[in-house]
Amino acid sequence: MKRTLEWQIATVKAIRQETANVKTLTLALLKWVPHRPGQHYDIRLTAEDGYSAQRSYSIGSEPERHGEIDITVERIRDGEVSPFLDDVVVVGDRFEVRGPIGGYFVWEASDGGPLLLVAGGSGIVPLMAMARHRAAVGATVPARLLYSSRNFDDIIYRADLDALAKRDGLQVFHTLTRSQPEGWQGFARRIDDRMVAEVNKPFGPKAQVFICGPTALVETAADAAEAAGVAAERIKTERFGPTGA
Amino acid sequence: MSERFVTRGFVGKRQDAGTAANRIPPGQHLVKDFPVLSAGPTPRTDLRTWSFRVEGLVKEPAQWTWDEFGKLPAQEFVKDISCVTKWTKLDTRWRGVSADVLLEHVELDGRARFVVAFSDGGYTTNLPLPDVINGQAFVAYEYDGKPLAPEHGGPARLVVPHLYFWKSAKWVRGLRLIERDEPGFWESLGYNNHGDPWKEERYSGD
Repeated sequence: MKRTLEWQIATVKAIRQETANVKTLTLALLKWVPHRPGQHYDIRLTAEDGYSAQRSYSIGSEPERHGEIDITVERIRDGEVSPFLDDVVVVGDRFEVRGPIGGYFVWEASDGGPLLLVAGGSGIVPLMAMARHRAAVGATVPARLLYSSRNFDDIIYRADLDALAKRDGLQVFHTLTRSQPEGWQGFARRIDDRMVAEVNKPFGPKAQVFICGPTALVETAADAAEAAGVAAERIKTERFGPTGA
Repeated sequence: MSERFVTRGFVGKRQDAGTAANRIPPGQHLVKDFPVLSAGPTPRTDLRTWSFRVEGLVKEPAQWTWDEFGKLPAQEFVKDISCVTKWTKLDTRWRGVSADVLLEHVELDGRARFVVAFSDGGYTTNLPLPDVINGQAFVAYEYDGKPLAPEHGGPARLVVPHLYFWKSAKWVRGLRLIERDEPGFWESLGYNNHGDPWKEERYSGD
């Protein structure tokens, strides 16, 4: 990867409300290149007086979708960039981006599996790119997702995950840590050793593990995967949290 | 980079930086917390088997046990740090041993030009020797008056505050002196070989 990453102008093509404080922006890129699922783009916003701010956002879409990418943005209270993307940006707006970036926290179907994905909150975004890629290329790699959200209404991509589970054999295990709807069948506590071991059981030490979420969740899930017999080099982690404000 | 493309409606929150604005490198923003970024599980090393080595292009390698390392002359360092993921934290307070002190214990081969820091878990990062000496780098084992937490790189991490923080290898176990530069972990995965935040050397080609 020796090429220089040039800034380019992205055009907001669509905006989708995912949850009360999470939106997906579809960005059309003239100089689109296929990303590897798990990678991110940098965004640079510039004010009239030249002041600018940059942030990184994971790509949520699969590389099989040509010419555009989805970024999914969680609104961070008192943040600088995410409230702007949430409140101000409308379809047709343009801003600078560069990417795709990151060569480690990535999975492509050719990497095989079985695949254990563990996400907390907006940490689902790069894992969603992997799950969508897996479906887009018709990969039969066994894949399981353990996804922690606070409440039912905070589950990002809920309908899309249901569809991936129904059509493409992604096995999805939700846990809701704050409140659960009546008759909830999923887990109802923070991710812990026992939960990771249970979800990973059919894969055992062969699992390729990707974990993304807040620090405490990442630390817990990574330790739990190791305790379940998965070698450290098969466990890839990425933190995703309020620092992306 | 040519003309900046102005984003419709963007004002920004530059008041956050306040009087410290000139301490925040371009494209960075200030944080008060201390984010944790790691590529894999946090290694946990038994201090009884921990050691630190200076090796490679030196006449005789030097090695310290945990207890020996703790007896090396230590200093307090108060430094601003910048992560390539865009956060900057001001006035972080560390205690540890200057790389200059460690290098005093070996006789450098005249061919030594670069340093590879190596860590538990297999992480490596490469640095030009001139970026490591003259008080610019240290091996820290305390942060904010407490033993360095494992998720922040404890028991000991390299700290090279004038470069992006991936150069400050967590769980560091030694420095290897080499003649020809060898890209480390992130440097092989699209990140810049040098990583100066003031020049925004984030990615390959920057």
